[in-house]
Order: sequence, then structure tokens, then C-alpha cells
Amino acid sequence: MSSKYLYVTYIRTSPQKLWDALTNPEFQKQYWFGMPQESEWKTGSSWKMLFSDGRVADAGEILESDPPRRLVIKWRNEFRPELKAEGYSRCVYDLEQEGDSMRLTVTHTIDVPNAKLIEAVSGGWPKVLSSLKSFLETGTPLPGIHQAPKG
Amino acid sequence: MDAVFKALADPTRRRLLDRLHARNGQTLGELCGQVDMTRQAVTKHLTILEAANLVAVSWEGREKHHYLNPVPINDIAERWIGKYERPRLKALSNLKKSLEREE
Repeated sequence: MSSKYLYVTYIRTSPQKLWDALTNPEFQKQYWFGMPQESEWKTGSSWKMLFSDGRVADAGEILESDPPRRLVIKWRNEFRPELKAEGYSRCVYDLEQEGDSMRLTVTHTIDVPNAKLIEAVSGGWPKVLSSLKSFLETGTPLPGIHQAPKG
Repeated sequence: MDAVFKALADPTRRRLLDRLHARNGQTLGELCGQVDMTRQAVTKHLTILEAANLVAVSWEGREKHHYLNPVPINDIAERWIGKYERPRLKALSNLKKSLEREE
């Protein structure tokens, strides 16, 4: 029995812009709580997510990279011992074009029943994805009251 | 956004979301076992929830699993909560502007 979360968001943008937003640390910092990710983003590359002070939050490797369609990350928490003990999870980004929008599906799984890691990230993913949507659609990471989220 | 509010306006659909919140990734059969409704009625409600992107589905073999997708609800929350975060937004927006100037 594994633990799994699935998130879907629709973003009015192009495949390449979405891919860039997911893989460019300067963009990541803006919509992901100020946290950049370090990687060459090729299959087999190492992968790290850093706190804004440079400490490693999560680490792993790129299991699959097919720009701008699919990215699979082997992902382990590195800063909370009880989460690190659960081992590696798998995070899959699927990018599909639907009309003038992109459908982004994030699937985060780990082969641990009722995993604490999945519970911990489940609070973060919706915020990150809302912020990513806002960043790409309006140029601002989180919408102000004058900027209505679309969709 | 209209689709999200319409989908959430129905108590049965909110109950289905509650069931998924309690245990994510259930099949149609599992969900039917928990509500006093026909399979057809549950299917109809799930279709509306899927169209509003409040439920995301994943096929595992021949089984269709349903996941609560809270992203649209978060989008709505940000729309009105965001006001109180304006100073932070402003800082981020300034950062973006300064970064983009360098390109």
C-alpha cells in the first residue's frame, strides 16, 4: 500500500513557459516560498531543493526528463528525520496542452502506507500550484484582490 | 470559477469531497458504499466535480481512482486572502521586475 496525492491545475501559458517556470531557480524562488531548486534537469541529474538560506530541504535525482512534457523526480526530505526515514518518493509532472491552456498534473507517491511525507507536502502543493498559476498568468506570484484568478 | 462554486453548492457533492478528504484515491464502488445513492447518481456528481477540477482521476490498470484536488479551492482563497499579503507581493513583484531587467 502506497501513499499518493494527485493535483491538477490549468494555466493559460505555453508548454515552454511552464517548463521554464518549473525548472528555472529564479522563477521557482518566486512562487515556491523563496526556495530554489538546483539541477541540470536531465535524466540522471542530481536534484536539490534549498531553503532561502542555502540549507538543503529535499534532495534526489531526475529519473526522467522529457521537456516540455514530463519530468520525474526521485525526492527525499532531508531536514526532518522522521520524513527522511521514509526514504525516496516519486514526483511526476505531466504537462499537456488543452486549447490555449496547459494542464499540469502533479503526482506525488511513496511506497509507504499513510506516509508522513505525503501528508506534509499535501499542505504545500495547492499553495505552490496556485502561486505558479498566478505567476504565469498575471506575472505576480500570488494574486492581489484586483487580479482575479481565471478559470 | 463558476464551475467550482456550482459544484460546491450541492451538499451531496461536498459529502463526496469529504469522503475523499478522509481517504483519497477511492474508486466509484468504494464511494458508492459510503453514500445512500445509486451508482448513476454518484457518477453524475463525480462528473460535475471532475469538470470543476475539484476531483482528479488516475487510472491504475482498469481501476479509476478519484483524488480530491484542492487547487481550485486554494485559487479562490488566494483571491480574497491575498489582499492581506500585499507587502510580500509587492516585494516579490519588485524582485521579478529587477530580475527581468537583467535579461
